[in-house]
Amino acid sequence: MAYGPGTRDGVILAVETSCDDTCAAVVTAGGEIRSNVIASQGLLHSRYGGVVPEIASRHHLELVDAVTADALEAAGTGLEEIDTVAVTRGPGLIGALLVGLSSAKALAAVRRLPLVPVDHLHGHVVASTLGPEPIEPPYLALVASGGHTFLARVDVPESYTVVGQTLDDAAGEAFDKGARLLGLGYPGGPAIDRLAEKGDPEVFDFPRSAPGELDFSFSGLKTALLYAIRDLGEGEADRRRPDLAASYQRAIVDALVSRTRAALEREGLRRLAIGGGVAANSELRAAVQALGVPVWVPPLELCTDNAAMIGGAARFLRPLPYPDYLSLDAAARIS
Amino acid sequence: MDRETATPEETEAVGAEVAARLRPGDVVLVTGELGSGKTTFVRGAARALGVEGPVTSPTFTIGHVLPGRMEVAHVDLYRLDSLAGEDPALLHDYLTPERVAFVEWPEAAAPAFDRVTARVRLEHLGGDRRRIRIE
Repeated sequence: MAYGPGTRDGVILAVETSCDDTCAAVVTAGGEIRSNVIASQGLLHSRYGGVVPEIASRHHLELVDAVTADALEAAGTGLEEIDTVAVTRGPGLIGALLVGLSSAKALAAVRRLPLVPVDHLHGHVVASTLGPEPIEPPYLALVASGGHTFLARVDVPESYTVVGQTLDDAAGEAFDKGARLLGLGYPGGPAIDRLAEKGDPEVFDFPRSAPGELDFSFSGLKTALLYAIRDLGEGEADRRRPDLAASYQRAIVDALVSRTRAALEREGLRRLAIGGGVAANSELRAAVQALGVPVWVPPLELCTDNAAMIGGAARFLRPLPYPDYLSLDAAARIS
Repeated sequence: MDRETATPEETEAVGAEVAARLRPGDVVLVTGELGSGKTTFVRGAARALGVEGPVTSPTFTIGHVLPGRMEVAHVDLYRLDSLAGEDPALLHDYLTPERVAFVEWPEAAAPAFDRVTARVRLEHLGGDRRRIRIE
């Protein structure tokens, strides 16, 4: 690929521990994903055993070595064939980030390999540049997850410019908190998605907030759901849960899609990539197809947190040579 | 002190009023149901303390540290009820003597706060109206 300075040669081992999934992947400079291992709670219970706390650096600490070994094995390779190590530097939970960062530093330093610190959100933005049919800039990226919701303009894959963002809650957080109000489990996105299939999205008219030019706001929506449940009363709210879920989901998806449409227009962009955990939502995946531009919708394992996208972003960034990265610190927030 | 506000902007203004009396090291606990305006209140306070960037919900990452005239720690322990046994040092990363701290959903870590300057409770009064109790 004819992009600017970057890690264009060789094989990249990437580590990602910004939140509650322990992830490692092997990707090539050409964008092939040779392995992408994600130890989420579900996987942990079935594959690694034991009860896992929701978010804790401890569990990353226990798993990061095994997950990294798995990623190398699944890629049919070993550390001796790795040319570069990539790791999420932030944003995320500081304790969790530190585990991945320390582990990646050690992996790199032992073999005197260069290390690429990666902005987690850059990973989501360029997730669709991986795989057999990569998106090519310029494009618009809609990233919506539990912690972040923004629109970014991508002219070159080594950077991105945020053109709109949430002013309060992230879209995934709106799903999680809405699910809690509806008495559903965590994570809320899949739970609401499933229940919404049985409901009518036109029954409740929840607000679609459109602050600023291209920004998002989801906190009023959350309050509207709370009031709707209260007004219905417990029994009736319980009977109408599918309609509430469907209408609530419709409001979130509408807000995301209408802002995306406006951003495509204002920025004069003709390609769209979506990413982040909310990009796994079935209604959003369908709705973006009606925007009239080609849309890259990554497979589910590239939407939720994963290390392949971190390796994907690292391809476009300048690696730090050994030992320059040893003093590198994690950053909870990246400005 | 008891206030009633009719808009998110008024809730921000009450936040600013409280912020005016805060000094580094102060901790303000902010409680209230989902959607009651906790983050809105903190946004108003943070603006008054010179924070210019976005002040968004820190639920997902537990906390944000915002640069202002003094640093503002915006902590949210909403997810902590599923983190039984979490290391209390988690909070030390955010609550420092140089910062003013606002803690949403503090219930999960109530005993861990040794210096609480104010307790703010927000309640829904229907629509955009809120009651804000400050002790």
